[in-house]
Amino acid sequence: MDTEMDQIYQIDVGNLLAFNPNHRFPSAPSSREELVKECVTEGTKLVQAIADTLFNFPSTETVDGPLVQLPPPTTKLPREKHLPMPKPPTKWEEFALKKGIQKRKKDKIVYDETTDQFKRRHGYDRVNDDNDIPIIEAKASDEPGEDPFAKRLDDKKKRVGKQEKNRLQNLKTAAKAGALPSHVQLAVTALPISGTKTQPQKIGKDALGDVAGLAATSTASGGKFDKKLPGEKPPKKQGKHHKYLPVVPRYGVVDEEKEQTNKVLGKLLSKHSHEILNVGKAINMYNDKKEKKKSGRSDKLKAKKDITKKKPYANKAN
Amino acid sequence: MMEIRTPKTHKAKRVLEKRAPKLVENGKKTLILHGTKTSATVSSVLMELYRLKKGGAIKYSRRNENIRPFESGGETSLEFFSLKTDCSIFVYGSHTKKRPDNLVLGRMYDHHVYDLIEVGIENFKSLLSFSYDKKIAPHEGSKPFICFTGEGFDNVPELKQLKEVLTDLFRGEVVENLNLTGLDRAYICTAISPTKVFLTHCAIKLKKSGTIVPRIELVEVGPSMDLVIRRNRLPNEGLRKEAMRSSKDKPKKKVKNVDQNDVLGKLGRVYIPEQEVGKIPLADKSKGVKRERREGKLKKNKEEGSASKKLKESE
Repeated sequence: MDTEMDQIYQIDVGNLLAFNPNHRFPSAPSSREELVKECVTEGTKLVQAIADTLFNFPSTETVDGPLVQLPPPTTKLPREKHLPMPKPPTKWEEFALKKGIQKRKKDKIVYDETTDQFKRRHGYDRVNDDNDIPIIEAKASDEPGEDPFAKRLDDKKKRVGKQEKNRLQNLKTAAKAGALPSHVQLAVTALPISGTKTQPQKIGKDALGDVAGLAATSTASGGKFDKKLPGEKPPKKQGKHHKYLPVVPRYGVVDEEKEQTNKVLGKLLSKHSHEILNVGKAINMYNDKKEKKKSGRSDKLKAKKDITKKKPYANKAN
Repeated sequence: MMEIRTPKTHKAKRVLEKRAPKLVENGKKTLILHGTKTSATVSSVLMELYRLKKGGAIKYSRRNENIRPFESGGETSLEFFSLKTDCSIFVYGSHTKKRPDNLVLGRMYDHHVYDLIEVGIENFKSLLSFSYDKKIAPHEGSKPFICFTGEGFDNVPELKQLKEVLTDLFRGEVVENLNLTGLDRAYICTAISPTKVFLTHCAIKLKKSGTIVPRIELVEVGPSMDLVIRRNRLPNEGLRKEAMRSSKDKPKKKVKNVDQNDVLGKLGRVYIPEQEVGKIPLADKSKGVKRERREGKLKKNKEEGSASKKLKESE
């Protein structure tokens, strides 16, 4: 009986799903009610068929009722999201694999020789805490005038910073492989994540003042006849950016103009003036020019050849 | 320059972890949406679908002008909503002159439209129009039976797709353990013609039959409607292959306190709490039964006895 039923119906107990592909209405139902009735009775049969298998599974009694273990669903349905990607190994993991370094568990609590006590490995009141040492002995290699305590702190900061950098790098490679941990997001600080909108940047006081000054002086009169707003400051730069040095020096002051020209001349005429010249660049430029000349000539030659070829041919045809 | 962003609260972290792609996925959530215009029928269909799916569905009540699932570019905001709500099935209702009482059922893969099927609604009967004993009314979030009848579901490609979509929509979460007393609803789909499907929702009555398997009776509790197939879009073949991929290795559950040893075989570890011997209550602590006192008394009695003897002797 059961095998017959199975052949008629396709049953997926994992989804509590049944399908009867062979059903046909014996006669076209005349009214809506008849149709519904027919469908429901057919459905009842199907539900009964699922229940037959379901209630025959071994069950465990609980307070709320019998619990049955369902088999996994057999109908294949698409996934909601892609399969999780395997995480690429970090730089250290790669290195450890190459060198055959194996992970081992460390005790949380370590014996501390100085205090003759067991102490935590990390955190508050830990073993070999640098901060507990009140005196650092001077070494021959120490630089004079350097605070060893400050140096220790600084070194620690650098180490932490380096580790953070490494972490970021590892996360970037993970992101490339699509295996970034779900709770981590890598964001470009300067650009928004979406990439379509530019992030509104906060304009500082100085930048605002610059813009306001530009706007105020961009009239024909350079803002001379404009009404000043209450609290508006005069524009920062007003005309005249080029300062000419006086031709005749003031009394007792070195001639600035003379000095300036002297400086330039000195550079050019000095003993090592050849060092100013970038020889490599000069050679490159020279070569470039030469090549251009050559190619120009060859073009001309080619064009001439074509013309000479065509002409006799045209003559013959005539 | 890059910046590592992590959630500031544990709750946010949990939420993100819940949304991440997993080996064994959680149930698909459904997003229910309105188009620019919806007729009374369509809006009540959406409302009642939401009631049936409550717990695994999110309903948006506003009109959406830029959603046109079948047109290119009309799916961007749909995909955004899917990303926002973490829903991978959507039901979109609209009503136009060309396609009255229209329902678009679709699925998402990785928050991109996977496949679409459009159906028209006819002969809709609301939940409220059914009268039945309220005791048998299905509970919220119970696992349903799903039944399909008709050869159309095997032969006609549109119906085949509709069957798959409806299964995905109704089946809820995949469970391992099922409480048999909690079975109280069934969805029944019948292919009346190659383009028409009758869909109804029934409550289940479990009657005694004399055997372990109860006799099942179905009572229509609604809603019920006819779905007329209109447009459909099948999934891209490459995408389908990608989405159907499953991993062979199931995630192993970590077994605690059990080790495997080459020499000794399977070894278990048992936790025994600290035996606080000092705190174990003694049998009797009252003064009279203390040993010193008892002994002292005995001694005293002896002495007295000996003393009296001496006295007697002296007499």
